[in-house]
Amino acid sequence: MTTGTELESHFIATDLGPEAPEDRKVASKSPTQLALARFRKDKLSMVSFVIVVFYFLAALAAPFLVQAGVLNPFTTHDELLDANTLPLGGFGGISWDHPLGVEPGVGRDVLSRVWYGITFSLAISLSATLLAVIIGVVAGIVSGASGGWIDAIIGRIIDLTLAFPQTLMLLALSSVALAFITEVLGVPAGDPARALYVIVVLGLFGWTGVARIVRGQVLSLREREFVHAAQLLGASKMRLYFREILPNLWAPILVTFTLIMPAFVSAEAALAYLGVSIHPPTPTLGNILRDSLSYAQNDFVYFFSPAFLIAVIVVSFNLLGDGVRDALDPKGHQ
Amino acid sequence: MTDQTIPTMGADTSSTVATPAGEPILEVDNLRMYFPIKSGGLIRRTVGHVQAVDGVSFQVPVGGALGLVGESGCGKSTTGRVITRLYKPTGGAIRFDGRDIGNLKPRALKPFRRDIQMIFQDPYTSLNPRHTVGSIIGAPLAIHNLVPKKQILSRVQELLEVVGLNPEHYNRYPHEFSGGQRQRIGIARALTLQPKLLVADEPVSALDVSIQAQVVNLLQDIQREFGVAFLFIAHDLAVVRHFCPEIAVMYLGKIVEIGERDRIYRHANHPYTQALLSAVPDVKQAAIGGRRERIRLEGDVPSPINPPSGCRFRTRCPLAQEICARQEPPLLQIGPRHKVACHFAGELGQHPFKPVTARLLGVDDQGNPDPGAGPPTELFTQPGFADTWFDIKGRSSVEP
Repeated sequence: MTTGTELESHFIATDLGPEAPEDRKVASKSPTQLALARFRKDKLSMVSFVIVVFYFLAALAAPFLVQAGVLNPFTTHDELLDANTLPLGGFGGISWDHPLGVEPGVGRDVLSRVWYGITFSLAISLSATLLAVIIGVVAGIVSGASGGWIDAIIGRIIDLTLAFPQTLMLLALSSVALAFITEVLGVPAGDPARALYVIVVLGLFGWTGVARIVRGQVLSLREREFVHAAQLLGASKMRLYFREILPNLWAPILVTFTLIMPAFVSAEAALAYLGVSIHPPTPTLGNILRDSLSYAQNDFVYFFSPAFLIAVIVVSFNLLGDGVRDALDPKGHQ
Repeated sequence: MTDQTIPTMGADTSSTVATPAGEPILEVDNLRMYFPIKSGGLIRRTVGHVQAVDGVSFQVPVGGALGLVGESGCGKSTTGRVITRLYKPTGGAIRFDGRDIGNLKPRALKPFRRDIQMIFQDPYTSLNPRHTVGSIIGAPLAIHNLVPKKQILSRVQELLEVVGLNPEHYNRYPHEFSGGQRQRIGIARALTLQPKLLVADEPVSALDVSIQAQVVNLLQDIQREFGVAFLFIAHDLAVVRHFCPEIAVMYLGKIVEIGERDRIYRHANHPYTQALLSAVPDVKQAAIGGRRERIRLEGDVPSPINPPSGCRFRTRCPLAQEICARQEPPLLQIGPRHKVACHFAGELGQHPFKPVTARLLGVDDQGNPDPGAGPPTELFTQPGFADTWFDIKGRSSVEP
């Protein structure tokens, strides 16, 4: 599997700058450089990486485009609808002005809505992923590095979290929790409160996998001599956990991040479908999909747009996660 | 006697204060380290103990060096780790500069962390791969808040120069260095706090043979220049001989023989030490055309979970008799600076036929309690060496 050229490419002549002459001309590549080289070689990962970047750029640009009036996700177009409030013209009313047609019912531009919807969907799932990863990493490091009863307690909390019927909880608690968020925390009612609720719930239930992976890594890291060396120097626990151990965990963290994110994109869509997440008229991919389902037979383009966008981002993120994992861990998988 | 303690220091090293032998920087007294073995399942009961270190006593003089040798799994690394307080000892005392640090809590231990540092065996895992050399070597200063942040760099560069690395390389990562260079970085880190005692846990055994000498010489220079005391743990007898004026030989968690370099290498009295030494290739011997006879030990090291009764070496010892199973041989002082733990102590080929220790322990030659022998003799059990010793040939106490 390892070819000669691949072996050679592990050693490259590097420009060592002014003091180069007295140094060795051949420097070994760092593990990071090797991983990047492997990643670049993997076409599928590169394609999915480009798609993911494209999504994020679109999500970042959308608010400005809405402000500039290029996207009009809230403007209704009654004149483009027929008597049954279905779009006039073929394929959901596709035209130059409305490349993905208009929405049945009120006639808003579908492209503007899904584009703006990406922004909210990604913002929510990204925040939830960050929350889950932060909780998971801290819990995993503390659990793995301290061991003993702390490890046991965190392990039981993970079991408990996994055993929780979270979807039911989410639905049942939503009104109570929303009231708490608006009244006690002072978050504006409506979309901000609902978004926060979804982020917190996804984060609070999604950290377990991260914690387990991180804990496993820490168990092997803490036996390395550099950890002992830091202990000998009198390093505090905080320093030990977050300065010595944490920097060695970024590879598994990156992998879990890219694998959790797509799960949260679809989870957010499912929650929006159940009516827990942000409500229309503010678009998210999930609530557009929910709305479009009632028109699935009469207006396929409208139904197809959000579904397709969700599918693409989820698949791309998953492939990206696989690619990152393969690049960082050349021995496993395949 | 003082001069004999630190002969490598030479007469001209005026920087090193030649302290009397009675003032050790480190004194380890009856140190024990047992690791519990837990049963599986929900209630994890302790079902036994690995007796990794079981009653070890020795001294390291100020600015001196003690070599700790023995085969794999004999507890020499554990001893080092207990002394640096990576582990909390099960029993015994670790007196550093006169204070027992064996039972100190982590917070109370912090000031001592500056004085006792460690050089690790594997330079590939002892440096954090995600930190630059500068932050690795500067970490001790940052942790102990010793110098302002701006001065850390200059101190780091100074240390890099001391260990023979390019001071401009502080911004590089460990993977950009070779094994020997990494070990130098590890040494620089250990030196940052200007410790009084360095525990070197097989500092050269992971290195290429051509590099070993460089690193050992570096350690020797450091010892001379800064007057650091060394506890040098190794299994390479040649390296230890080069480095340490005093040597302790460990077997299965106990010291079997301890003494001055020449006493150990030329006049070893314990059969285990003799077997160990016979395994060292000898160039001089090869040059005169002969090969020393090797003493082959049969079998494996017994389990430290359930060590043999009496003398722990008896299961593999060519001299073992009944008394060895019944009575544990005391670590008996047999010379000015030489102790050995064997019932049949004697130089190779001159082992006595009757146990030398029987009368001291108040037992007969088979190790059974002997009412006629009188009470057991009060033996010197302190970590250091006494002024009087037991002459194994004359079987009596001797004063110098």
